[in-house]
Amino acid sequence: MDFNLSPGMLTAKQNFKPLKSNMTYDVLILGGGPAGFTAAVYCMRKGVSTGLIVKEIGGQVAETAGIENYMGFRYINGMDLAMKFKEQVSQFGIDYDEKSSVDSIEAGEIKKVRMADGRVLSARALIIATGAAYRKLGVPGEEEFKGRGVANCSICDAPFYANKKVVVVGGGNSGIEAAIDLAKVGDKITVVQLLDRLTGDKALEDKLNEFKNVEIRFKHEVTSINGSEGIESITVKDGKTGKTDDIPAQGIFVEIGLIPNSALAKGVLKLNQNGEIMVDCSCKTSEEGIFAAGDVTDVPFKQIIIAAGEGAKAALSACNYVLMGE
Amino acid sequence: MALFDEKVRTQLKDILKSMKDTVNLSFFTQEFECWPCTDVHEFVKEISSISDMIKLSVFDFQKDKAQADKFNVDKIPAIVLNGKDNAYSGIKYYGLPGGYEINSFIQDLIELSGKKEPFPAGVASRIGAIDKRVRMQVFVTLTCPYCPSAVGIAHRIAQESPMVEADMIDVSLFPYLGQKYQVTSVPMTLINDVYSLVGVQPVENILDVIKKL
Repeated sequence: MDFNLSPGMLTAKQNFKPLKSNMTYDVLILGGGPAGFTAAVYCMRKGVSTGLIVKEIGGQVAETAGIENYMGFRYINGMDLAMKFKEQVSQFGIDYDEKSSVDSIEAGEIKKVRMADGRVLSARALIIATGAAYRKLGVPGEEEFKGRGVANCSICDAPFYANKKVVVVGGGNSGIEAAIDLAKVGDKITVVQLLDRLTGDKALEDKLNEFKNVEIRFKHEVTSINGSEGIESITVKDGKTGKTDDIPAQGIFVEIGLIPNSALAKGVLKLNQNGEIMVDCSCKTSEEGIFAAGDVTDVPFKQIIIAAGEGAKAALSACNYVLMGE
Repeated sequence: MALFDEKVRTQLKDILKSMKDTVNLSFFTQEFECWPCTDVHEFVKEISSISDMIKLSVFDFQKDKAQADKFNVDKIPAIVLNGKDNAYSGIKYYGLPGGYEINSFIQDLIELSGKKEPFPAGVASRIGAIDKRVRMQVFVTLTCPYCPSAVGIAHRIAQESPMVEADMIDVSLFPYLGQKYQVTSVPMTLINDVYSLVGVQPVENILDVIKKL
């Protein structure tokens, strides 16, 4: 038995101070992924008063099985990397709140952040780094079977599909990773991909090809998830012929990309048609003094290393705004 | 064979230095130990050998029925964690706190020892107002990086309210429960057998559900 001890989760706690509602921060950062944590380090080092509001540590990073493209680590699991981010932030004694969610934000000279628990926090500048969540298929059966066969986290839930038939939707890195996790335990894995090829990294694709129990349906899309007590089959449509057929399956993992967690910015900041917060090359949004970074923005390529870099940029822009009014 | 290697043991030793007071572990097993019982028995022995602040008592689920009833233990292997006075805190682990779950266990130890951040006032008063018996069962797998957060939140609510108890259940050890409650995604928090929440839910969401009971 392995013990995936995350010392940062525990020891770091002592160096965090609670957020205060009775003061105006220079910068408030929303988000506990690579963008938010990196922004926090930059702000603290600049010496501006900073608060960090985290809903889930690590965001999507935390549930990535293995990471081989974040520099400095040849291989690290997602939760460990997230904990390392947190540990690094904790050394600065930042005001910090975890597992709390933000209801809304308000623009203006002094920006307000309204928390779900009723607290209202204020700051001269905001950095929104709230990341992204799984995109849904939007087909019949998806909501009905959510948590009862419709899943997203293959490392969490793969054990429930031992010797079972499973469909994975999506042929990018996340889809391929899910298919690999499931192929190790499942009876038959069918990957349903809209395009005529996989779009993940070659290294992952090679690994997937080692499994004999994986079939890939190119140019197919899922049209419904069927069953009564649990899932029994997935209906897919062939994009070329328009024909549909049912794939017997007890589970379906949906890995078709992300939707930005930008609900709190709706009506306050300019969003693009995908709902991403629009930023310029210095992470400025459409409102003065509000900055955004990482997967919640319209910056291309959702990658840990890019989100971290954007977080640094947003922090430096926010500090310039606070210190020099730029 | 030791469960903790030298590296993990050293890390644990370091983290557990921040415990402020004694925490009592009650481990429930049986005379002819089931295979998971053996592992969990070894785990509680090793963890209690790391810190003087951790006191271990071992009980037989059948013979010490009164003790099991006192802590509402209904299956084994079970670990009950209580504070210094050993009064029932409502915090239990059914299965090995291995994999990622070691983190929720360590967090419980530290919090029960008296070292914890207070909840924001609004949340604390809502927890204080709980006036019904609440049992949360948090189903996990040990490879799930999110699950310790769900366990941590449920256990923390249990710590703050005498009306609430919360179990961590490794669904791979209790497949009949997984089947009964149709667990296919973890973490899943089942509240009084009525409501189930999938994923890590903010404490407010859990309190909203408790209010509906």
